Amino acid sequence: MAGIEIAELSTVYPNGVRAVDGLDLTVADGEFFALLGPSGCGKTTLLRTMAGLEQASEGAVRIGDRDVTRLDPGARRVAMVFQDYALFPHMTVAENIAYPLRVRRMSKVSQRDAAERTSAGLSLGALLDRRPGQLSGGQQQRVALARAIAVEADVLLLDEPLSNLDARLRLEARTFLKKLQRDLGLTTVFVTHDQAEALALADRIAVMESGSIRQLGSPKEVFQRPVDTFVANFIGSTPMNLLDGLIADGMVEVAGARLAPPEGLDLVEGTPVVAGIRPEYLRVVPGAQEVTEGVAGILGAVAIVENLGVTSLVTIECADGTLVGLTVPEQHEPAVGTRLCVVPEAGRLLLYGGEDGLLLSARPSDHSAEFDRSRA
Amino acid sequence: MDVLVNNLPLFLSGFFTTIKLFLISAVGSLVLGTILAMLRVSPVPVFRAAATVYVTLLRNTPLTLVFFFFAFAFPLLKIVSPDSFSYFVAAITALILYTSAFICEVVRSGINTVPVGQAEASRALGLSFGQMLSNVVLPQALRSVVPPLVSTLIALLKNTTIAAGFSVAEAGAIRSTLSERGADTMVGLLWVALFFVVLVIPMTLLQRSLEKRWSVAR
Repeated sequence: MAGIEIAELSTVYPNGVRAVDGLDLTVADGEFFALLGPSGCGKTTLLRTMAGLEQASEGAVRIGDRDVTRLDPGARRVAMVFQDYALFPHMTVAENIAYPLRVRRMSKVSQRDAAERTSAGLSLGALLDRRPGQLSGGQQQRVALARAIAVEADVLLLDEPLSNLDARLRLEARTFLKKLQRDLGLTTVFVTHDQAEALALADRIAVMESGSIRQLGSPKEVFQRPVDTFVANFIGSTPMNLLDGLIADGMVEVAGARLAPPEGLDLVEGTPVVAGIRPEYLRVVPGAQEVTEGVAGILGAVAIVENLGVTSLVTIECADGTLVGLTVPEQHEPAVGTRLCVVPEAGRLLLYGGEDGLLLSARPSDHSAEFDRSRA
Repeated sequence: MDVLVNNLPLFLSGFFTTIKLFLISAVGSLVLGTILAMLRVSPVPVFRAAATVYVTLLRNTPLTLVFFFFAFAFPLLKIVSPDSFSYFVAAITALILYTSAFICEVVRSGINTVPVGQAEASRALGLSFGQMLSNVVLPQALRSVVPPLVSTLIALLKNTTIAAGFSVAEAGAIRSTLSERGADTMVGLLWVALFFVVLVIPMTLLQRSLEKRWSVAR
């Protein structure tokens, strides 16, 4: 058991790409931590540098109280599960799980014990004599997890653990993975490009871009208060509305509407801002279709309706051509062409700087809040 | 049939020598070829370079020249005592050194079919380079190259006839003895060919059964 401490870490590839660029990060003991970002953001390189599969160019990686920056992968006491599992196809399930233990010169008996113990916990008991090629995707993933867990490492690293499973299985595996991590209490870092996966699984999320961390926080913080427009755009299964606006008379002028700004902000008249509202946090004002000037709501005509099952994503087009998305319960789905007036729920409007795209915040930024086990 | 029956001891001892030549050099070149392949993928540049030079040199030289070298030039270097270095030993040395260059390339191509992830998983699990090669990579590599490996061994079996030119009385040398005895050499040669077919068939069968047994679903 151990936490991970990363200080001013850079990983530079031979072609000069700084995949990880001067990054600081602390993962607490027992934490389930997600590295989230679009492809090419450096999240996998960061994970591989923790594992020792990539050499750190600058900075340090500490696991527990040991500096492992220059250690070989096998000496770091980390276990890694690969995206394609990398099971050994010529060995049976039992051999796959026990082989790393044999390499560590464990006795035959304790090898078998460890293999049986971990495989029982992952309901692999009946599959021990099969070969990986004879297993389903979900079973292969559990074997990969068993192989990683059996070595009793300090830290578990998962590279895109769910991306090779089909959609149905992915949800099952997600629940399973969360329970497993909770039961083991093992410090776990996983990489994903799927924001829903990160939100669902992690205690804390680091949203990465260009080799550094844009935002670090709990799933709630990252979802509800993205610190900049990049994170705002990336998080959420329906994209956040990011609308160009202007401060006028202490109000936010956006898409022809005047919205009340969040409380406690020092707003300068005439500065450009970006208003961020999630589609889920917009409400239709009943009976306000014909109102025109001066109402604190966005007016527009329904342009597109996308059925999402329980809810529908409705896109309205405002007079100035701005498109605004909102979700409504499926049974209240409006017809295309209907004129709607929508307002953000109280406290759900976020303002970003028009130039830098950073969240305008009254409170001191809380995105670096420490991980708290009791809250998780 | 008369040719065969009348000269049976000649045929038998010839083929016995062929099989002996083949078995010894097959084992030798499989071992040496695999070691060379490991060197060619090793992270140490000197090892890689040495193995590459070896393969280039031996693979591009006609086998007859290699035989000539070990039969006539090598003894003059007096590295080993000429008494222990008979033509038979010279033939085996030439066959092993020549064939291992081909085996090396076959095995290396097999190593290249093993996904990089296998090597990375091995490193992450704490395997040394040697353990990774011998327990993870090579078993998978050899399984995927059974057909070209057997082809190389069949070529080796037939290459043993070159030893006839260097006074090793193997199957290919039967013809000259037959002609000295005044027997019909054409018929004798047909029998020799038939013997080779008989020798190759079990290897083909071996290849098939290995392919079936070792087939690995990824």
